[in-house]
Parts: sequence; structure tokens; C-alpha cells
Amino acid sequence: MNDTAIRHTLTVNVVYLARLREAFGSAGEPLQLATATATVNDVLTALASRGGAFATELAAGRAVRVAVNHTLVSREARVQQGDEVALLPPVTGG
Amino acid sequence: MAVRVQTTDFDVAQEIAALRESNPRVGAVVTFIGTVRDVNADAQVLQMTLEHYPGMTEKALDAIVVQARQRFDIYDALVIHRVGELRPTDQIVLVAVTGAHRGAAFDACRFIIDYLKTEAPFWKKEQTPEGARWVDARTTDDEAVARWKTDTTT
Repeated sequence: MNDTAIRHTLTVNVVYLARLREAFGSAGEPLQLATATATVNDVLTALASRGGAFATELAAGRAVRVAVNHTLVSREARVQQGDEVALLPPVTGG
Repeated sequence: MAVRVQTTDFDVAQEIAALRESNPRVGAVVTFIGTVRDVNADAQVLQMTLEHYPGMTEKALDAIVVQARQRFDIYDALVIHRVGELRPTDQIVLVAVTGAHRGAAFDACRFIIDYLKTEAPFWKKEQTPEGARWVDARTTDDEAVARWKTDTTT
């Protein structure tokens, strides 16, 4: 069996911006999910399950938006192996 | 059409001259310039740091300008946004639009700054005498952009 043909895990590169970077004490990290397919929601759930600042900042109702490969997407959007998944607090430019 | 993200200041007259250059069809130039205030939410602002998300910022600004050009009868648009350390009275952002007539140019300029405030990945952190704090998003910014989504007259 060719093990590159059937993937059982998925790794995305998570990026934390502005207030979230400070709250998590990190600018980002690779995140491995134990599933072959995943959505943005799955990424957020995996991070929130760590507890602490992750659970607080990513709790339901918190205004966090997500960009996959530099484009804003919905929570239902699929993520692929190697995607850059950025977590954005509400923007305050201009 | 151009968008720029830079740490350095910009010269409005120079930017407008470049935008109008050799286009005798231009009859209107509208600009918006955002500047740093020395007070926000009842606290004194000593300094401000503007952070962005390199890679996404340019893409988001481009998309806003493309939308404005599709929606309004304008010739060209320019957006310059500064990042890094800024102080009260410093210029933060320039939106400049050229068109044949003022109506479309005014509308497009406002459309671009309204969308920039809610869609472009910039964040302000203020230094106050009580310490540093991230600026909260304003609901009035969401209301301003919502107006464009329901307004079908343009």
C-alpha cells in the first residue's frame, strides 16, 4: 500500500495575530489533526480543547475571524494539508 | 490602481499628482486621510503601533479597490496604509480616487475606507499612561459597511 495515497492525519500551519498572538504567547505553529479531512471549525475546536487562553479566546461567540491562505472564510470551509490558517481578532485599521 | 503598505510617511500632493498624471479626463479627485488622535476612549494616547498580516493585507486591499471600480464610475484609486510606530498627528492612511465627476469619486472613496475598516487585517495597539492596550473594533464601523450592502441605489 502506498501510504502517501491514504492520509490519516492533516497538518495545517496556524498563525496567531495581534491580541491573539499575545494571549497565546506564540505567533503560530504547525497543528496536526487526527483526521483525513477537516474544516475551520475542527481547527478551532482542537485549539480550544487545550483549555487556558485558547479556550477563553476561542469560546463560542468570540469575534474571531479565520483566513485560509490569506482569504477570509466561513467556519464550514475545508482546510487542506499545508494550508495557512490565520486567526484574526476584529480589525482596527484605517 | 495601487495599494501600498509602508512604514514611511506619504506626501499627499505627490501621490495625487501621480494618480492624475497624463489623464485629462479626470474632473474630480477625492481623498480621505486618516490621522492619529491624541485621545481615544477617554485615555491619552502617547504612541500607537500598527500591525498587519503581510501577504493577506495587500490581497484584501486589492479586492476592496477592485470592488469599488466595478461598482462606481471612477478612473483610478490608490490606498496607502502605514504600519509600525506612529504618534499623534501622524498620517495613517490615504485613500485617493479619480473620476470624471465628484459623485462617483466621493462614493468610491467612502466605500473603500468603510470596507478597509472592517475587512483589511490591520490592528492598532495604543500606548497610554496606564499601559498598552489593543484598540477595540467599533460597531459604528460595522454599521457604515452594512449601509453599502443594503444600498441598491448605486
